[in-house]
Amino acid sequence: MNTPQDSVYSQQFEIVGGDFTRGGQVATKIKRILKEIGIDSSIIRRVVIAVYEAEMNVVMYAQKGILNLMVMPSEIDVVIVDEGQGIADIKLAMEEGYSTASVEMREMGFGAGMGLPNIKKNVDYFYIQSEVDVGSRLYISIII
Amino acid sequence: MDVNFHSFYIDQEKCDGKMRCLRVCPTEAIRVRRGKALILEDRCIDCGECIKVCPHKAIVPLTNSFTEFSQFEYTGAILSPVLYSQFNRDVTPTDIFNGLQAIGFDDVIDLTPSCESVSIAIQEYLDDNPKSRPIISSFCPTIVRLIQVKYPDLAGLLLPIDSPMEISARDWKLQISADKGIKEEKIGAIYITPCPSKMSAIKHHPRKRLTFLDGAISIQDIYNPLLSVLSKSEQKNIESGKDVKYGVGLAWAILGGQAKFLKAENSVAVGGIHHVIQILDDIESGKIKDIDYVECHACIEGCIGGSLTVDNPYVSRSNILHLLKIYGEEFSQDENKIKTLYRSGYFSLDEELDSYPIQPLDQDLAKSIRKMKKKEEIFQELPQLNCGLCGSPTCMTFAEDVIRGTALITDCMFKSFKQSRSQVRDFYESMVKNTLPQIGK
Repeated sequence: MNTPQDSVYSQQFEIVGGDFTRGGQVATKIKRILKEIGIDSSIIRRVVIAVYEAEMNVVMYAQKGILNLMVMPSEIDVVIVDEGQGIADIKLAMEEGYSTASVEMREMGFGAGMGLPNIKKNVDYFYIQSEVDVGSRLYISIII
Repeated sequence: MDVNFHSFYIDQEKCDGKMRCLRVCPTEAIRVRRGKALILEDRCIDCGECIKVCPHKAIVPLTNSFTEFSQFEYTGAILSPVLYSQFNRDVTPTDIFNGLQAIGFDDVIDLTPSCESVSIAIQEYLDDNPKSRPIISSFCPTIVRLIQVKYPDLAGLLLPIDSPMEISARDWKLQISADKGIKEEKIGAIYITPCPSKMSAIKHHPRKRLTFLDGAISIQDIYNPLLSVLSKSEQKNIESGKDVKYGVGLAWAILGGQAKFLKAENSVAVGGIHHVIQILDDIESGKIKDIDYVECHACIEGCIGGSLTVDNPYVSRSNILHLLKIYGEEFSQDENKIKTLYRSGYFSLDEELDSYPIQPLDQDLAKSIRKMKKKEEIFQELPQLNCGLCGSPTCMTFAEDVIRGTALITDCMFKSFKQSRSQVRDFYESMVKNTLPQIGK
């Protein structure tokens, strides 16, 4: 007999802050896992876009982060915890176009102020906690 | 029609199971079982990487030989511009034309004007569809197959424009049929191909019900006969009766040639299957921004890197650049005429693209998740050396094969060894003691 716990696939990924060379690799790995499990492609697309943006946020604004993926038959949950500069005003950070990215980051094509709004747009549940100079915690869920 | 048609097969007699193909396959579509390689047809994308590395030529491309076209009253060789790049510089395209006619083709058709026309059509399509970006080129059949198998979500970005080889063959057949009064089915259009994947596009085009090509002969197969005719001096430097304008379309043989003459400045040309996989991943995760057109080739340096070519792709590239200087400075097509043709649907591919994604571990989501967990557990216990001795390319694919029931856990040498590890250690120690000369004695 299978317990509900058996039908949860979980996996942890490390994200290295400041390493743009590997930015996006976690999103790619997660995409491969979800495809193999057979998750609907429209759902995979939403998860991947959200995870990519969240991953890049850690790369840009934190020293390090851990991403936890949980896949269940009914939903996909992702929790990203990072140690970094944190977000001073979450409400402001949720506005499209608001960004604290440096000139260098913008020159590299990042930091357009669309990250968090884009994540929220693609998920069914979104919750973010943050403390300045400590880090941020992002919870997202997508219903299957 | 058989969607699993592949443009090569493995000759079981010649295969010695040494696994070179197993290691290079970008989609992990090869397994070695009982000492022989086999292809998982649903994963193979016809890239030809395995053909390039097989030392025994055990992977045989299913291109045609010249004798297979005897049923046609009139035959034409449709030339991939890659062919021009395969000879020394004193062999001109005109020599190649004459040579192919001497071999026995009734007509020889240069592909480069169609290449130029298609470039113009690509620009029109980009202008008409500013919202869908980036548009991905669809002329490499391997890339189309890769998208069908691994990136079905990107199918909508594939350029729905027919290939120069099909357009050339269609126009030529209509013209010959009108000029010579021969029925179209009695006219054979044969592509001279740098790679086997074009054969798949001829046999089973993913977006056309009917193709106008009747087969393909590889550049490797045509090379020797052509060379022997070309070496006879009387064939050289004679003007053929045809007035051929090559033009900028010659650049299609090399990486970046499709995009070179686009007005869209933001195009990328990607060569080599691993780089293509990388950029498709980036497109899928939304990382690629401000790019209009992505020209993708399975082979490094584009079609000149095809597995059925003869010359080193870098030498070929330099030959093409040389030819471009002589013949390819000018545009050969009337842009307005092509635009009108584009509006009339002359270049359109109408059929929807089907996708054939790799089957998930299980159709039932909960079961599939459990299998994924189990696979992870198996993987954690494997040596993770990717030695390939089990016949699967990596420990991860081996774990998947075990879950899917196509391999046994004991196929892993290390797993079966582990059970008798102490015996093995004893054996080893006694070997060392008994056979190695002792130092100082």
